[in-house]
Amino acid sequence: MKLTLKIWRQDGPSQKGGLAAYPMDDVSPDMSFLEVMDMLNEQLIARGERPIAFDHDCREGICGSCGFMISGEAHGPVKLTTTCQLFMRHFRDGDTIIAEPFRSRAFPIIKDLVVDRSALDKIVQAGGFISARTGSAPDANAMLIPKDKADRAMDAAACIGCGACVAVCPNGSAMLFTAAKIGHLGLLPQGQPERRQRALRMVNKMDELGFGACSNHGECEAVCPKGISIDFIACMNRDYMRASATETMEPVKRV
Amino acid sequence: MELNAKIPAGPMETKWEKHQFNVKLVNPANRRKYKVIVVGSGLAGGSAAATLGQLGYDVSCFCYQDSARRAHSIAAQGGINAAKNYQNDNDSVFRLFHDTIKGGDFRSREANVYRLAQVSAAVIDQCVALGVPFAREYGGCLANRSFGGAQVSRTFYARGQTGQQLLLGAYSALSVQVALGQVKMYPRHEMLELVVTDGHARGIVVRNMVTGEITSHAADAVVLGTGGYSNAYCLSTNAKGCNATAIWRAHRKGALFANPCFTQIHPTCIPAAGEHQSKLTLMSESLRNDGRIWVPKQAGDRRNAWDIPESDRDYYLERKYPSYGNLAPRDISSRAAKQVCDEGRGVGPGGRGVYLDFAEAIGRLGESVIRERYGNLFEMYEQITGENSYKQPMRIYPAMHYVMGGLWVDYNLMSNIDGLYVIGEANFSDHGANRLGASALMQGLADGYFILPCTIGDYLARVSPSDRLKTDHAAFRQAEQDVKDRTSRLLSADGTRTVDSFHRELGALLWNNCGMERNEKGLREAMAKIPLLREEFWRNVKVPGSAADFNQSLEKAGRVADFMELAELIVYDALDRDESCGAHFREEHQTADGEAARDDARFSFVSAWEFKGIGQRPALHKEPLVFEYLQLTQRSYK
Ligand SMILES: Cc1cc2nc3c(=O)[nH]c(=O)nc-3n(C[C@H](O)[C@H](O)[C@H](O)COP(=O)(O)OP(=O)(O)OC[C@H]3O[C@@H](n4cnc5c(N)ncnc54)[C@H](O)[C@@H]3O)c2cc1C
Ligand code: SF4
Ligand code: FES
Repeated sequence: MKLTLKIWRQDGPSQKGGLAAYPMDDVSPDMSFLEVMDMLNEQLIARGERPIAFDHDCREGICGSCGFMISGEAHGPVKLTTTCQLFMRHFRDGDTIIAEPFRSRAFPIIKDLVVDRSALDKIVQAGGFISARTGSAPDANAMLIPKDKADRAMDAAACIGCGACVAVCPNGSAMLFTAAKIGHLGLLPQGQPERRQRALRMVNKMDELGFGACSNHGECEAVCPKGISIDFIACMNRDYMRASATETMEPVKRV
Repeated sequence: MELNAKIPAGPMETKWEKHQFNVKLVNPANRRKYKVIVVGSGLAGGSAAATLGQLGYDVSCFCYQDSARRAHSIAAQGGINAAKNYQNDNDSVFRLFHDTIKGGDFRSREANVYRLAQVSAAVIDQCVALGVPFAREYGGCLANRSFGGAQVSRTFYARGQTGQQLLLGAYSALSVQVALGQVKMYPRHEMLELVVTDGHARGIVVRNMVTGEITSHAADAVVLGTGGYSNAYCLSTNAKGCNATAIWRAHRKGALFANPCFTQIHPTCIPAAGEHQSKLTLMSESLRNDGRIWVPKQAGDRRNAWDIPESDRDYYLERKYPSYGNLAPRDISSRAAKQVCDEGRGVGPGGRGVYLDFAEAIGRLGESVIRERYGNLFEMYEQITGENSYKQPMRIYPAMHYVMGGLWVDYNLMSNIDGLYVIGEANFSDHGANRLGASALMQGLADGYFILPCTIGDYLARVSPSDRLKTDHAAFRQAEQDVKDRTSRLLSADGTRTVDSFHRELGALLWNNCGMERNEKGLREAMAKIPLLREEFWRNVKVPGSAADFNQSLEKAGRVADFMELAELIVYDALDRDESCGAHFREEHQTADGEAARDDARFSFVSAWEFKGIGQRPALHKEPLVFEYLQLTQRSYK
């Protein structure tokens, strides 16, 4: 296949960036999108040009490192797929493909397609956990969890923290990401003691970090490579309202 | 050098408990005065950093990804073992211990493995308490599946994303400690040097991967949980960034490297599609619970899988190993696949593949049960190959996957350098010459949650925080300078070949000459070629950009430079170990029916190598392996 890649190039956080075009020959339909990027980088290095910076690690769709906008869609045109699992057989010979970073107020650009998503870690640090000290656990089967509940918790827990939901949200909201964690832990009996504080802390932290509010566009669900359902946002909102009515937010406690 | 494994005396069943009593304790009020560095945020590093933080130590944790949650453990699919006997199928601590030692072909330490089996149950308890959504049965109890090398069902799993869920559990515990200020997290920081003075680990030198800044960090103890070095082979199932740099730098500073040639090849991976291949993708071993492996009986049979009748198929694992069948251990299954492909019976492009067929299981259980069990794996397979495995069999081929070798540690998980601990895949300790499926996750979390937090106190109680070096000490200055010199050498070579091209060449050399089957001739050939390749690398590599910047080419160059040195050590070890055991299959040593023939009289020891300079023969130190509880037998899975 022959393709033209138009890629966002930006030297650093405060430099100006822009799209640069790279014609590519010899692309095989069995290559992954990132393998095409590898091939391009090899060519750029050989020509003495700066290779394109992009995050990636597992290349199996599970670590959440990769991700950029591909012709306007987060992770590209195929549903339920991360950028690293996108294969060229989904494009046509002669296509022009545009790659741009995940843009959002809370995700400053570091270089080219690489952005800083550390704000997502901060949301988890605010409350996305169960405070169970190592060694304090009862026997794993002491607590029975109905299979459907466990399965539903697993649906939410599958989030890989890629940030695609934030990048496509017109408000730059991290609602789907946050709701996935709150949903996962809130469905489990172990997660009940901290449920209300969790909702208060995580949602407030999200606001504080500059993520926007949710106005039900649903773009996030459409691009989520793990198919996290926006129903979890509704559950989160319920948790948050209930918590706001009954408790005030407290700082994270020692375990 | 005297290698003392410090195995506690007394009966196996009570060694660990007695040891926990005998170790020195650090007064809780004093713990905050001790600084501990943990490099790595995977299952091992993440769980260790979180637990040390809970105990009150002042912890710094480093990882090269942009978030602790992305450590390579996240990619583990199939499951985690524990001796819970929830299935009432006669599992026990002793059986898990037995299976692990036997699976490792009697090349691991009894005391460590017994402890691992003992701790395994608490690991599952802890994970559940943290909210890991393991698979459950309709009654609400935890579900189990079987894995290779075992006849009991002791593997806990969360769909095909067990590693992800376990890691997110450890990451959430770590996040609490970060929020409390007890652990300071340094993502996008790569450890490039270990600092050692007077035989004690003093700290590390790291590079900030965003700004390029080189900084020193001093501590009272350093813990490496930096994962395995499979990527020395270039194409592997590991994440692209997995590297040996941290342990290799420690090795150069005196830490012994144990059993480097014990490298595991996983039987069920998606075959390479072409030259452009950047990594290989594992299809979880759990698929072998329901998938049957076969190739055509006739070499050169090019019919479609579905056109080949039963009578023309060879279910070679079931034929050769009737009692374990498709669940034969990894080394055996991998070699068997290679053999049938070498006979010309392989399937798919290049004839490097065998079928993994679900038709029978789908017929028996229905497609929905199979979808429930492995849905995401089938999806992943389809994404990569464009083929639907509900309708036609998967094609699989072995790939480099895991390393049993790593830095030598004693029973306390401390290396031969005082205050340097090594946990998870980075150490050598528990899996002998072959790891059983679902046992790496168990070991990483056992090390990090339970073993290290106990044993490290024993060391810390004997040193004083006031003896901690300042980062302006000459030793740190020197280490920083070394890092900078290396970096500028890489950048200034300005040759004609990319880092990737060197990496591919090194990987192919190791895969062909020191892969699934090894022989003296091939190993000697590799031994001659590696130094030449290394020399060319330093002369002719082209690394663009600068040191003071986000520079992924530079990161890669540093890692490949270390693989170039490590590769030689792997080959030294493979040559020196003139026997077959587990994954280390020397063609010269096989039984009449082609199984690994151990030589216990000569090789019942751990090979621990000491660095003597680049291109110099490393010095071999031997830790004898003594089996008091299990009888050395030839492994049989027939
Ligand atoms: C595809 C795949 C599937 C697997 N499935 C299973 C399974 O089902 N069951 C099972 O038991 N095992 C499985 N394994 C093996 C298991 O996942 C690993 O052995 C285990 O997760 C390793 O954990 P770890 O904590 O030791 O290292 P890792 O998870 O690799 O973590 C290493 C950490 O060290 C950091 N690091 C590395 N180098 C540096 C450096 N120089 N400077 C700073 N930080 C550094 C990394 O950032 C990372 O945080 C699988 C492995 C693979 C590849
Ligand atoms: S919710 Fe989906 S899109 Fe958002 S971070 Fe998680 S996996 Fe990515
Ligand atoms: S590289 Fe890990 S999800 Fe894409």
